[in-house]
Amino acid sequence: MRCEDLADDLAAAADGSVLLGRQERRHVEQCLRCQAELVQYRRVLRTMRSMRTEVLEPAPGLLADVLANLEEAGERRAVRSMIQGRKAAYLGGLAAATAAGAAGAIVFASRARRLRDAS
Amino acid sequence: MPQDVVADLVVAARDGDREAFDELVRVTYADSYTLALRLTGNEEDARDVVQDAYLRAFRGLKRFRGDAQFSTWMYRITANCANTHLGKRNKHRHEELSESDPVADERPSSDPELQADASALRDRLEIALEALPPKLRQVVVLRDIYDLPHEAIADELGISETAAKVRLHRARKKLREDLFPRRLEEAADAV
Repeated sequence: MRCEDLADDLAAAADGSVLLGRQERRHVEQCLRCQAELVQYRRVLRTMRSMRTEVLEPAPGLLADVLANLEEAGERRAVRSMIQGRKAAYLGGLAAATAAGAAGAIVFASRARRLRDAS
Repeated sequence: MPQDVVADLVVAARDGDREAFDELVRVTYADSYTLALRLTGNEEDARDVVQDAYLRAFRGLKRFRGDAQFSTWMYRITANCANTHLGKRNKHRHEELSESDPVADERPSSDPELQADASALRDRLEIALEALPPKLRQVVVLRDIYDLPHEAIADELGISETAAKVRLHRARKKLREDLFPRRLEEAADAV
């Protein structure tokens, strides 16, 4: 086995997501170059994990900008829901008026038929 | 801030309490900005990404089920916004590096033996991350610093899990080669 055959697996083996096969492990045990690469990958990974808790301070003003944007978005949403509420009320009123009209027409028609039948 | 306090804020914000959402922004925005800066490599872009991320979070808070931490949910939104932002930016830029292009290293060369100090390695790693092409940087930052699973990374970047793994491998390889350059005589020995 050559070092190049193993190169792809070393990066994944460093974080334990890939387990090296028996042949590959034997090669690494005897190869200083692959051992060094594995150690280097582990150092890179360890250092990256240590960056997880680091917070880079944003320039002043970002928080205020974010909150102002949210405020604006909230207001837009409130206006939109108010318009939708009015639209729903208007449509509801229209539907009720139509239903009442239809019911009136039915009552009127049935009364007219009854009068006609009586005469 | 303790996780249970954050969880309470999330519940209140989901019920429409604007003050609670503002408080969530206050306690998490520096973290989101740090991720955005690491993903975009540029302060101005990071600010835009953070603005966009909190707007999306505000609009989508009802969909947050609370089975993950709020910070993890914000990381995913931030990653998605950064990806969209970088995509738009690159449309207007023709000199974008392809993933296979070598990354130019304009720093003075240094002896690897002098880099043993962990903080020095960390500083060099920050620079090496910035020098990575954005597509590789996004994946390695989300996986190796923020510990997001491959599936989540693939989802937020709009790529397959296989592509995410390939990019991660390439990124780690580039970082290692950048941080631990082989000496000329070693390279000659290997030929």
